[in-house]
Amino acid sequence: MSNNIDLKKGLNIPVKGCAELTVSKAVVPGIAAICPSDFKGLSARLLVREGDQVLAGSPVLADKKNPEILVTSPVSGTVKEIVRGDKRKLLAVLIEAGSEQEYVDFGIKRAEDLKADEVRSALLQSGLWMALVQRPYGIVADPAVKPKAIFVSAFNTAPLAADVDFVLADQFAAVQAGVNALAKLTDGGVHVSLESSKYSSSPLHKLENAVLHTFSGKHPAGNVGVQISHISPIRKEETVWTISPVLLAAVGKLFTKGRLDLTRKVAVTGPAAASPAYIETIPGAPVKAAEALIGSTEGVRIVSGDILSGKCVGAEGYLGFFDNQITVLREGTEKELLGWARPFRFNQFSSTMSYFSWLLPKKQYDMDTNLHGGPRAFIMPEDYYQKVLPMDIYPLYLTKACLAGDIDKMEKFGIYEVLPEDLALCEYIDPSKNNIQDIVANGIDLMLKEMA
Amino acid sequence: MNKIFEKGGKLSWLHSTVDAFETFLHVPGTVTRKGSHVRDAIDTKRVIIIALIATIPAALFGMWNTGYQHSLATGAAPAFWADFFYGLLKVLPLYVVAYAVGLFIEFASAQIRDEEVNEGYLMTGFIIPLIVPVDVPLWMLAVAVAFAVIFGKEVFGGTGMNIWNPALLTRAFLFFSYPNNMSGSDCWVAFKKGETAIDAFSGATPLAVANEGGMDALNNAGYSFMDMFLGTIPGSVGETSALAILLGAVILIWTGVASWKIMVSSVAGGLLVGWLGTLCGATDVPCWYHLVMGGFAFGTVFMATDPVTSAQTSCGKWIYGFLVGAIAVIVRLFNPGYAEGMMLAILLGNTFAPLIDHCVVSAHLSKKAKKVNIA
Repeated sequence: MSNNIDLKKGLNIPVKGCAELTVSKAVVPGIAAICPSDFKGLSARLLVREGDQVLAGSPVLADKKNPEILVTSPVSGTVKEIVRGDKRKLLAVLIEAGSEQEYVDFGIKRAEDLKADEVRSALLQSGLWMALVQRPYGIVADPAVKPKAIFVSAFNTAPLAADVDFVLADQFAAVQAGVNALAKLTDGGVHVSLESSKYSSSPLHKLENAVLHTFSGKHPAGNVGVQISHISPIRKEETVWTISPVLLAAVGKLFTKGRLDLTRKVAVTGPAAASPAYIETIPGAPVKAAEALIGSTEGVRIVSGDILSGKCVGAEGYLGFFDNQITVLREGTEKELLGWARPFRFNQFSSTMSYFSWLLPKKQYDMDTNLHGGPRAFIMPEDYYQKVLPMDIYPLYLTKACLAGDIDKMEKFGIYEVLPEDLALCEYIDPSKNNIQDIVANGIDLMLKEMA
Repeated sequence: MNKIFEKGGKLSWLHSTVDAFETFLHVPGTVTRKGSHVRDAIDTKRVIIIALIATIPAALFGMWNTGYQHSLATGAAPAFWADFFYGLLKVLPLYVVAYAVGLFIEFASAQIRDEEVNEGYLMTGFIIPLIVPVDVPLWMLAVAVAFAVIFGKEVFGGTGMNIWNPALLTRAFLFFSYPNNMSGSDCWVAFKKGETAIDAFSGATPLAVANEGGMDALNNAGYSFMDMFLGTIPGSVGETSALAILLGAVILIWTGVASWKIMVSSVAGGLLVGWLGTLCGATDVPCWYHLVMGGFAFGTVFMATDPVTSAQTSCGKWIYGFLVGAIAVIVRLFNPGYAEGMMLAILLGNTFAPLIDHCVVSAHLSKKAKKVNIA
């Protein structure tokens, strides 16, 4: 165990609706969707037609620039529909699951004995290559690159996030196999970060072949980007890869079971969820599969992911590839008479002392999606935002550089080190209600375009 | 909102105005569209209202003191409520003019830019009457406010984009355009028509007195440290009582709306230069007197800390605050023609705040680059 890295900055948002640690049911969805928009940097080419039969692990999409990179089907069945949007943009491939699940056989292998090339091609063929996220920019990993290191955050501090130890219970062997496989792809090692308070209770502290780190602190201490910046900050022209612990287990299972098994425990959470608990399902499953836990979908927003950075998918939407959380919260469309002027607003949480929510530190709030104000120019200073970002960067300067489209400044202020999710709390506390994550995402897009 | 106020409607030129009143009454029912699905309850209106509440003690005290100084000047017996209402009646027109002119420009420019009206001016308009001499002619105030809001703020893009504190710009405009009405010993006390001061009363502010004759003059004029701390002295409406300002400072610091770093470093800067001044014989006024004389306390707490025009970075704030405090006292000590340095010190600080931040950030980034290169 290396030295614990204690992060003082950050904020835990006290929102109601934490999932109970029970798996209420295993859901085999009738339909699974593959959405190219889950994968940043993928320009998708379709490999199937409507009516085609696929197995779990059969290729469905390929990358136009690098045809080795495949997205595969999480279920076996028939391609039911190819959903396109404006200008024939591919939105989703819907696959109707058959009654019996059949898997493409990738062969059981001992990851320790494989060469880097064999690991790489196994991941590419199975579609699990998509699990690797390349930083800077958070894009699909480039197989031609040897990353400086691979990072895994084995705890999640996002509001109501799924408990990683619970999600990975009984999957230690798979995680270990995943670590062994990925360790072949880099010389810098696989870095796994654990929460210091749960270090000894988490089975992951016994991982071999990995560099373990411990962190303590509030959100975003569990964000892999924050951890990287404390372990080994990303410099210009360096690349690192990250992978979520759930997908790391899936990589392990590819070698130990010889098939693509994306099954995961998904936390259904949120103040408007009827009975927050876990379900077992696959990515691409319709959120409807969790109907019993979500309850009424009238006037609520259903988010795949957490309340800070998740994607609004709606009642007809699907669980994202990287997500293991569904959050349900009310749409806050009611007007509140003189809300901002009231001395007390007991049902509203503020991270600042400008309201009196600090009097009730234990209270959990029934939060909704109200913006609580109107959009304004930035008025608060840099260090107001730095309070919730335990990284050595300038979040406000970076955001303004992104707004201005100034590449040099974006570089200077740390665009390589962040993804929008890392600045989510800055957006949350911003009294000027700017969409900081969106601004940074646009900045990243600009970098990608200019640097290509 | 009624349809006729929306785009294409007959009264669409009133859109920003109607929206401003509507959002003033209600927190709107708008929901998050992008990014974080939930947001903190704090918004700019809350920030402004807290800053405003923090200023209220100074404003109320200032109103009473205006009446009190009038009673002293005319030889009448001071009576609490009579004094307060006298002051209220004197200060109220200043408020009406400051808000009417400023808000009109603010609403008009919001409409031109097709944006929501920013509430920043509520604070500016609340401060302006507190930092001008109470007897300033209203038309001068109107011209000054118009100048400050248009050329100090709107041309830069409105609240959040301005370089200088608009309230201070108002005062600076008044001082440089109409110096006769802004200095001397008459302007600080509000008289009714035909009234004159009794012989024993001098309307000179302690700052002016100290500037001319040092401690002896202060003692002769009867200004004790306690008088100045409590604020029963002539001066701009809101700036006399360090006690009331301190109360505001506590609110601002507790809620985090204004930076304690700037306040502390400004006080430190003022004390240091004041102390050096006594050391080298430039003055015999003890350095802590500077904190309670003139506009030092008010400027430090309410104006230097304006988050838009002050330094942005933590380290930058220390430097910025220190400069403001130090320059204010330097001007007081070494400029015989001009007694009050706070206004110019803050405006100068505002001007240099971006440069200070630039230096702080550059230094930090190069230090960081070195650290990474070694690692």
